[in-house]
Amino acid sequence: MRTTRIAAAAAASLGILLATACTTDAPTDEADDATTAAESGDEWFVQADYDEQLAQRDIEPEGDPAAPWLQAIEPEWIDTTEFAQEGGDATVCFSNASVSNPWRVTGWITMQQQVEVLQAEGKIGEFRHSDAGDDDDQQISDIQAFVDSGDCDALIISPSTTATLTPAVEAACESGVPVIVFDRGVNTDCAVTFIHPIGGYAFGADAAEFLVDNLEPGDKVLALRILPGVDVLENRWAAAQEIFADSELEILGNEFTGGDAAEIKNIVTQYLQRGDVDGIWMDAGDGAVAAIEAFEDAGKPYPVMTGEDELSFMRKWQETGMTALAPVYSNFQWRTPVIAATMILAGEQVPSEWVLPQDPITEAERDQYLEVNADMPSLHYAKFGGEDLPGFPEAWQDR
Amino acid sequence: MTRARELLARATNPTATVFILLVLVFAAVFAMNPGFFAGPSLMAFLKQAAPLVILAAGQYFVIVSGNFDLSVGALVGAQVVIAARLIDGEESRTVPVLIVMALFGIAVGLVNGLITTALKVQSFITTLGMLLVLYGAIRLWTGGAPTGSLSEAFRVPGRMGIEDVPVLGQIPWALLIMVALGAGAVLLMRTRFGRILLAAGDNERAAALSGARVDTARTLAFVLSGLSATVAGVLIGGFAGVSAQVGDGLEFTVITAVVLGGVVLGGGRGSVLAAMAGALVIEGLFTLFNQMALPATLRPAVQGAIIIAAVAYAARARARPVPTATATPTPS
Repeated sequence: MRTTRIAAAAAASLGILLATACTTDAPTDEADDATTAAESGDEWFVQADYDEQLAQRDIEPEGDPAAPWLQAIEPEWIDTTEFAQEGGDATVCFSNASVSNPWRVTGWITMQQQVEVLQAEGKIGEFRHSDAGDDDDQQISDIQAFVDSGDCDALIISPSTTATLTPAVEAACESGVPVIVFDRGVNTDCAVTFIHPIGGYAFGADAAEFLVDNLEPGDKVLALRILPGVDVLENRWAAAQEIFADSELEILGNEFTGGDAAEIKNIVTQYLQRGDVDGIWMDAGDGAVAAIEAFEDAGKPYPVMTGEDELSFMRKWQETGMTALAPVYSNFQWRTPVIAATMILAGEQVPSEWVLPQDPITEAERDQYLEVNADMPSLHYAKFGGEDLPGFPEAWQDR
Repeated sequence: MTRARELLARATNPTATVFILLVLVFAAVFAMNPGFFAGPSLMAFLKQAAPLVILAAGQYFVIVSGNFDLSVGALVGAQVVIAARLIDGEESRTVPVLIVMALFGIAVGLVNGLITTALKVQSFITTLGMLLVLYGAIRLWTGGAPTGSLSEAFRVPGRMGIEDVPVLGQIPWALLIMVALGAGAVLLMRTRFGRILLAAGDNERAAALSGARVDTARTLAFVLSGLSATVAGVLIGGFAGVSAQVGDGLEFTVITAVVLGGVVLGGGRGSVLAAMAGALVIEGLFTLFNQMALPATLRPAVQGAIIIAAVAYAARARARPVPTATATPTPS
């Protein structure tokens, strides 16, 4: 069983190399437990997680709405006095999976700005980081090096993949250092806190529900996806499939684009040559503008569309006045781990699973977000949550 | 009768394989969707295929002279990112930035060529290194995400065309550029330079002993490849705008196209026209898969199988002694 899966994965990745020779991170995560496949027959769909995430969208998070990066949905507060330290010169270490896409670049800048504030306040001494460049082996040795150095008073980890990084995270926990995991998870709850927005199912469902609500029965929807096999992206599509299955929309197809604008424009153009497309669902906003331009160049009316809170899409949305929604995978989550580290080192309670809010940007809120981010580059994310940091806006402009 | 035999001989000629494949692919596309051959849709296809065809011509010069250029994908990406950053939405900067891009393309080609010829580093290594250098430098310069935006004028060649043409709708500028550059490439291969390139790939020693300046020709081939990547960058950037993934993996697609065109890796054999046809076949295959609504996950496997089969067929045809004159390389 395992060998066939590995063989299939190897064949698939070889094929991908042949066709597009993607330099993006290969989906190495193929050990998503037996529970995943058993429940629905779909490797990427877990009914319980889906139901939980959809429900979490409607739960009012605890905390100040003006600081969503500190809010938490149904937190279970845990005691951290065992990690409390005197003095404010704690060394915080951060093992980053990569900064290989604009979303991570934006978040990484935000985190650095937050660190500067905490350093100025005397809550953090040194901040060390390593970048694994999407390489699991590199990240495992990065984490090991932090643990072996013995200098880290707290260790933040943004894992590159779930299963492969689990042992490394467990080893870090065993060293006695408080560990904070954020963004993608690992298969262990040994970390003091796991910080993440609601998740991929909620993202995909927000988008799909918007299309169902704004299109007529029988309308045709094209789904554009980045690449297969990445859990956070697969969850988005799995949720959308659930919603679409209960609707009367016709799904023309789901196409992998690699997030490449030229590929997206090409694919959408071809679909338009064969017939009308009334709606576009995307699993991430990369290259959304190219999809819209395909409609312009073909002389077709704009579709009802869901992208992401990436500024190039939101600006095009404003400019064209089309019916659209910007689902959000909360970029402001990059602020939370360093704040959590200072809380833990001060012996304050933190949620054991810190679920951050994840609200899509609607047309009503759009212009306000665009105004705040007016000077930001196009590949920036509206809900980056760093407007109140002292480096704003220069730090995010000069990348 | 002799005519039929001649046709058969031509069909088994490796260069001709690609044209047969081209006909087959488009016949299949036609069977799936006759509407594809309506003017506007055909024009849209050619507009989007033009960058790969131009890249294939550039890559042909390098491959036929016995080298590889793996840096083109990264160069296309770098050019688009540079353009967006330098233009930053200002229309007046379009032409100066285009000049900067051309110089940058020439410079990259020159460095590739000189390292390969003067320092005797294998081109595979040289250009692989260049790929990484460009990729890393652009990452460093932009911090991972491209900034700035292209001007409207910059986007005209890749996106616009001559409008309101009867039957065809729009004749894309990209198509005209592709035809002009393709014709230029064919003519160039008929010159002394072209013959030296072929000779250098076929038998470097013999070419050098007969007085040809092999190193100069090979270096120029890299410069042409760098320029083709620049033009492709302008067209791709114009077609779809800036994204962080522009150019990713293009080097493999374009080498596949050239090999599919019957050009032998290692040099000395194959025609530039067939290399460009190879690019059209690849783009045609993408279209065909789309028309067939083939599951996205299956496409790479099918594409890989077709490519291996086509190249194997061409190799078999080449290995068999062909009694006609087509066995000798013809530069065209």
